[in-house]
Amino acid sequence: MTIGITSYGAYVPLHRLGPGSNGWTSPREKAVANYDEDSITMAAAAAINCLDGFSRQDVEALYFASTTFPYREKTNATIVSVASDLRPGTLTVDFSSSLRAGTNALKAAIDAVKAGSANQVLVAASDMRTPQPRSGMESTLGDGAASLLIGNSKVAVEVEDSYSVSHEILDDWRAEGDNFVRSWEDRFTLEEGYLKIFPQVISKLMDKHSLSPKDLTKVVFYAPDPRRHQQVAKELGFDLKTQVQDPLFATMGNTGAAFVLMMLAAALEQAKPGDRILLANYGNGADAFLLRVTEEIEAIKNRRGIRAYLESKKALPDYETYGVWRGIINKAPLVRRPAFRTPSPAALQRDIGKNLRFYGTKCKRCGYPQYPPQRVCTRCHAKDEFEDYKFSDKKAKVFTYTLDGLGPTLDPPMVVTVINFDGGGRAFSIMTDRDVDKLEIGMPVEMTFRKFYTSEGIHNYYWKCMPVRA
Amino acid sequence: MAEGIKDKAAIIGMGCVKFGENWEQSAADMIIDATYEAYEDAGIEPKDINAAWVGTSQGGVRGTQLAVPLKLEYIPISRLENACATATDAFRNACYAVAAGVYDIALAVGVEKIKDTGFSGLETSYARHTAQGTWLDPEVFVGMPAQFALAATRYFHRYGLSYDEGKRTLAKISMKSHHNGTLSPKAHLHREITLEQAINAPIIAWPLGLFDCCGVSDGASAAIVTRPDLAKKFRGDYITVKGLGITCGASQAELQDDYDFTHFEETVTAARLAYQEAGIKEPRKEIDLASVHDCFSITELINYEDLGFSPRGKAKEDVDAGTFTLEGDLPVNTDGGLKCFGHPVGASGLRMIYEIYKQLQGKAGPRQLKDPKIGLTHNLGGLPGRFTCAVTILGR
Repeated sequence: MTIGITSYGAYVPLHRLGPGSNGWTSPREKAVANYDEDSITMAAAAAINCLDGFSRQDVEALYFASTTFPYREKTNATIVSVASDLRPGTLTVDFSSSLRAGTNALKAAIDAVKAGSANQVLVAASDMRTPQPRSGMESTLGDGAASLLIGNSKVAVEVEDSYSVSHEILDDWRAEGDNFVRSWEDRFTLEEGYLKIFPQVISKLMDKHSLSPKDLTKVVFYAPDPRRHQQVAKELGFDLKTQVQDPLFATMGNTGAAFVLMMLAAALEQAKPGDRILLANYGNGADAFLLRVTEEIEAIKNRRGIRAYLESKKALPDYETYGVWRGIINKAPLVRRPAFRTPSPAALQRDIGKNLRFYGTKCKRCGYPQYPPQRVCTRCHAKDEFEDYKFSDKKAKVFTYTLDGLGPTLDPPMVVTVINFDGGGRAFSIMTDRDVDKLEIGMPVEMTFRKFYTSEGIHNYYWKCMPVRA
Repeated sequence: MAEGIKDKAAIIGMGCVKFGENWEQSAADMIIDATYEAYEDAGIEPKDINAAWVGTSQGGVRGTQLAVPLKLEYIPISRLENACATATDAFRNACYAVAAGVYDIALAVGVEKIKDTGFSGLETSYARHTAQGTWLDPEVFVGMPAQFALAATRYFHRYGLSYDEGKRTLAKISMKSHHNGTLSPKAHLHREITLEQAINAPIIAWPLGLFDCCGVSDGASAAIVTRPDLAKKFRGDYITVKGLGITCGASQAELQDDYDFTHFEETVTAARLAYQEAGIKEPRKEIDLASVHDCFSITELINYEDLGFSPRGKAKEDVDAGTFTLEGDLPVNTDGGLKCFGHPVGASGLRMIYEIYKQLQGKAGPRQLKDPKIGLTHNLGGLPGRFTCAVTILGR
C-alpha cells in the first residue's frame, strides 16, 4: 500500500515588513500576520487551501502543529477543525513545543495511516513567533502556515522512508511567560546543535537508501538563517541552483513549525512525477523524510500556492504598525472605547456553526440562502424547513461599505461592508487585508477566518471578508 | 374593525429639560424637572396621575425609576425600551390607556443619562439587549455612524451623486439644523456652521463627517395625556393625537440581498399607519412641520423620501430649494433636531412631540412658524433592517 501526501496547501499572510516599511532596517522582506490573525486562523486558511476539491467528511483526524498556540490549555486543533469544516468529532491533536512539531505531526500522520488506524489524516502547521524587537532574529522570523493531507489512495507524494533523532540542547527556547524567543550564543548553538546533528540525519537516511546527492531532484530543509542553509547544502554536496529549495528567507522568513512544510509546498508546486525529494527539519533533534512524486501530483496543482501567496502582498507602512498589531506597542485608541465583552462559552458552543463554520441556512421551500441561520424564512416565512448552507467558501460582492474611523480595530479605519454572496444571501461583514484606497461597490470578496478579539483569555473567532487574493 | 387613535387622546401638559452634557444632573434630576414642568403646564398635581410609562434605552430599570424621584405612590408604572422610539412608545402606551378609558390621566416620561459612560458616542447600547452571548452581531461590531454611512454610500451610488455633491447636500441639512438650534434655548448646541465647515469636518465613518452626526446628550422630556373630552377642563389649546404608527424591521437588510439601503421600509410602513389613522393622503401638502430622526444627515435625507415629502431620489432638489428650512414649505427639525437639540436616546421622541406641541400652540418663540395645524414626529432606532420606527401625527 502506498502511503503519502494526497494534497498540500499553504497560507502566507498578506502583509510584509520590508524595504517599503518605515523603520525596518533589514534588506529582507518577511511575512507578518495581520492583527486579527494567529496560528489558528492561519492554519485554518492553509487547511482550507489543502482541502480544495477534497471531501471534508473523509478526513478522520487533524494534527495541528505550532509553537504559538493561542490556548495553552484547551485543544487548538478543534477550532481549526470546525473552521475548516471537518466532520464533527474528527480526532484532533495538538503538536507543540518544538520547531519540529510540524514534521512530528507529519510522522505521526504517516504512522497512523500506515497502522491502518485512519485512511486520511490532515496535518496543519502554523506559527507566528515574535522575536525581541531589534534582535538579530527579527529579520529572519516570519509568519505562515502549511497543510498536508496524508492518505493511502491517490497518493501524489509517496513517503518512502523517514528517520529521526532527538538531541537535548538549549539553543532557542521560550519558557512559561516569555513573549520573545531566547537564544544562546550562536557559536555554541550552531557548532553543538544544528551543524552537528542536522547533516548527520540527512546523510544517514541517504546512506540507508544508497543515495548520492545527484539521485535527489530536490532537498527541502530547515536552517536558522540563509548562511547556514547554504553551508549545509554545500557540505552535503547539493547544487544550490538546481537542487536546493529556496528557504524563502528573503521573501517570507522562518515560519517556525510550519517552515519546512511551507518550503515543501513550494517545491511540490514545481514537482514532476518521478521526482525524489528529501525533506528535513531541525529542533532538539532532526527528522528526515524521503519522498517520491507520483503522477497524481498533476491533479492537485490547481490551487493558490506559496508562489501566488508570496506575490500577493502589501508592505506595512511602518514598523510601528507591526508593533501595534503584534502587541509590542500598546498604542492608545483614537477614542475612548468600551472594553470588549467576554463572550459566553455556552453561547459560543451554540453558535459554532454560525461563527466558526460560517454556515447559514437555505430554505427548502423557496430556496433562498440566509446568513445567519434562521428558523423562519425571511422570504416565504416557512418554519423549520431549512438545510444547512455553507457560506465560508462562497465568493461575494460588496453592496455598500463605509470606513469607520472609530471602529474597534488595530488597523483603522474599520471597513464595514454589506456583501451579497454569489448564489444568494448577504451579510454585514468586516473587511480585512484591504487597501482603503481600492474600495468600491461591486468589488469581489472572499471569506476569511479571523480573530475578532480576546477577552478574559477567550479568543472570539469569526469570519471576515477580504478582497479576493490574486 | 379597529378604529385607530385619532382624536381619542390629548396632550394637556409637557416638559423638557435643557439637553446637553448635564454633568450636574442625574437621570432622577432630569425626570423631576421635565415632569414638574409638565405638571405646571397642565395645571395638575402629582396625585392626579393615574398611571405612568417611563422610557429609557440605556438607563435604569423598572417603573420605580419614575416612582422613586417623583414619589408617585403605588400607581401602575411600566418601564419601556424601543431604541430611539422609546419615548414615543411610552407616549403611545399612555395614549392607548386613556383612549381605552382605563385611566383618565396618564404620564409618559423619556429619559437618558448618557454622558456618565465616558464615551464620546453611544456605547453600542443595543448590544446589551441583543446580545446572543457571543457579541458577534452587527449591532455590536458596527457602530452607529457606520450603520448609517452604509446607506450614504449606497444612496450616492444609486442616484449618481459624486462624493462632493453628496457631501454638499448633507451639509445643507446640517447647516439648517445648526441654524434652528441657535433659536432653541433648550438645545444642546447653539452654533451656526458654514457649508464648508460641514463638508471639510473630520471623517467619522466615511462618507459621514463630524457635522453629519447628531449630538450625544443627556435629557428628559414628559407629557401628560388624557381624553379630549376631559382635556377641555385643563386648557383650551390642548393638542390631539391624530395618528400613531410603530413598525419593526425583521433583519431584512441583513438577510435579503435585494434590500436597497436607500430607503428604510420601517419608516414607510409606520408613516402609512399613522397617515391612515390621521386621514392624511398628501403628506407634503397636509403636514405643516415635522421633527424627523436625524441621527445622521443621511438619515434625514432618506426620511424626506420615506415620509412622502420628496419623490424617490429627489430629496436633494428639495434640500437645494430650501423646502425644509424655517422659511420653506415644510419646515423640518425646527428646534435643531437630534443634530443640535441633542439625542438622549430614550428622551428624543417626547422632545420632538414637545416641539410640535409648542409650535401648534404658537409658543415656540423665535422659531415659531406661522399658524401650523398638523405636525409629525418620527423616530428611527436600531440599524438598517432592524429599526423600530415611530411616527406620530399631532393636531389642534
